[in-house]
Amino acid sequence: MTPYSSFLFFIILGILLLPTMILGVMGKRLRYYNVFVTIVVLAIIFSGGNEGFFSLVVFTILQVVLVKGYITYRQAKNSSLVFYIISFLSIMPLILSKILPILAVDNWASFLGISYLTFRAVQIIIETRDGLIKEQLSIFQLVNFMLFYPTISSGPIDRFRRFQKDEEKRWTPEEYKDLLYKGINKIFIGFLYKFIIGYSINTYFIANLDYIADGKFTNNLLYMYSYSLYLFFDFAGYTAFAVGVSYIMGIRSPENFNKPFISRNIKDFWNRWHMSLSFWFRDYVFMRFVFLMKKKKWIQNKMLVSNLGYILLFLLMGVWHGLAIQYIVYGAYHALMMAGFNIFETWNKKHKRWPTGRVMTVVSIVITFHVVCFGFYLFSGKPFQ
Amino acid sequence: MDFKEKVLQVIAEVCEDDVVKEEHDLDIFEAGLIDSFATVELLVQFEEQLDINVPITEFDRDTWNTPNAIVDRLNELK
Repeated sequence: MTPYSSFLFFIILGILLLPTMILGVMGKRLRYYNVFVTIVVLAIIFSGGNEGFFSLVVFTILQVVLVKGYITYRQAKNSSLVFYIISFLSIMPLILSKILPILAVDNWASFLGISYLTFRAVQIIIETRDGLIKEQLSIFQLVNFMLFYPTISSGPIDRFRRFQKDEEKRWTPEEYKDLLYKGINKIFIGFLYKFIIGYSINTYFIANLDYIADGKFTNNLLYMYSYSLYLFFDFAGYTAFAVGVSYIMGIRSPENFNKPFISRNIKDFWNRWHMSLSFWFRDYVFMRFVFLMKKKKWIQNKMLVSNLGYILLFLLMGVWHGLAIQYIVYGAYHALMMAGFNIFETWNKKHKRWPTGRVMTVVSIVITFHVVCFGFYLFSGKPFQ
Repeated sequence: MDFKEKVLQVIAEVCEDDVVKEEHDLDIFEAGLIDSFATVELLVQFEEQLDINVPITEFDRDTWNTPNAIVDRLNELK
């Protein structure tokens, strides 16, 4: 069963979470009962047969072995080569799951949520390398973090140390009531976004586009805007469910969206859209790349380093969605936009040609909105059909 | 020059703005003085000028957001 896709799922979840809420309001520890809920919900999600249960089990064992092995190794030594090999092994299942469909063979490596779970595991390895995780982690801690069911299928991607702080916390009744209120509120926002607004846009507008628009150009133009809005409401709705349920479980999962359509520029947009993913790439790919280039003094030119960083980041983000032409083009498009904006921003800092003020802010928002919507149009795959 | 002044000097150089030397509680991310690229530069400068190694993953925008906060964090890592 796909999480948050049917009312049956919500009913089951509501019943299962009732004791969590009662325990929480009484100020009792949530951990033990939550483990039970997690096992039951994972069984419901992965028992359908198409979700890749066995791949998930093998994947989890592999990641636990890699993480625990690397922490033990890192306590004694710190070779870059070992770090790169372990990281590569950790993302190997993800790479396989993207390549196998192209080879037209059975995609045995894939399971629901693999793209998101990989990032949770790799992140622990990177933080161990940086010396932020020093003590050995228990199998329970690792599995509990990696298989946290509210966010298993499509994120948000949490960070281990942040997750752990919440997980170990014993919320007072007042604190828990606040979490519960916020959680339920988010779930209702999710219903509004995903099942009312997103559903309506898709069913009543996008599905009827052939009758609404006459010309081919108008059709594609309207599709571009409506698909962009649909994508936002559908994904933001899902995220509201995932974060809302996390809150009820006593875990404050990070948010994914912060009013993305009022971004003033493309850089601003990536601080507002699918934030847990873009911040992951920022912290673990872009910044590490820039740091390496600066420290080793391989490339001196600032502009070149940052633009190469953007190209690396967005191409990776594109392929991460899948090895299909629309995702690669989408990644390349955003790389180009970011590099272009980077050059413009630096130039404008010196010459101050772009006027400031309220009107110009509106103009910037409108331009950014169109740039972003065209990106989603590419992402949708419609231009490549 | 004491430690705090040195740190403020480094931040001012990276932000290309001396305002951080005056307003110690200014949120440098919200003020648009620094982005992820400049953040890396800041970390490299801390290592080169102050000999303090700050891992990228340690640099959390919520707790390293003002000149005062940065000085505090660096004092903890010293």
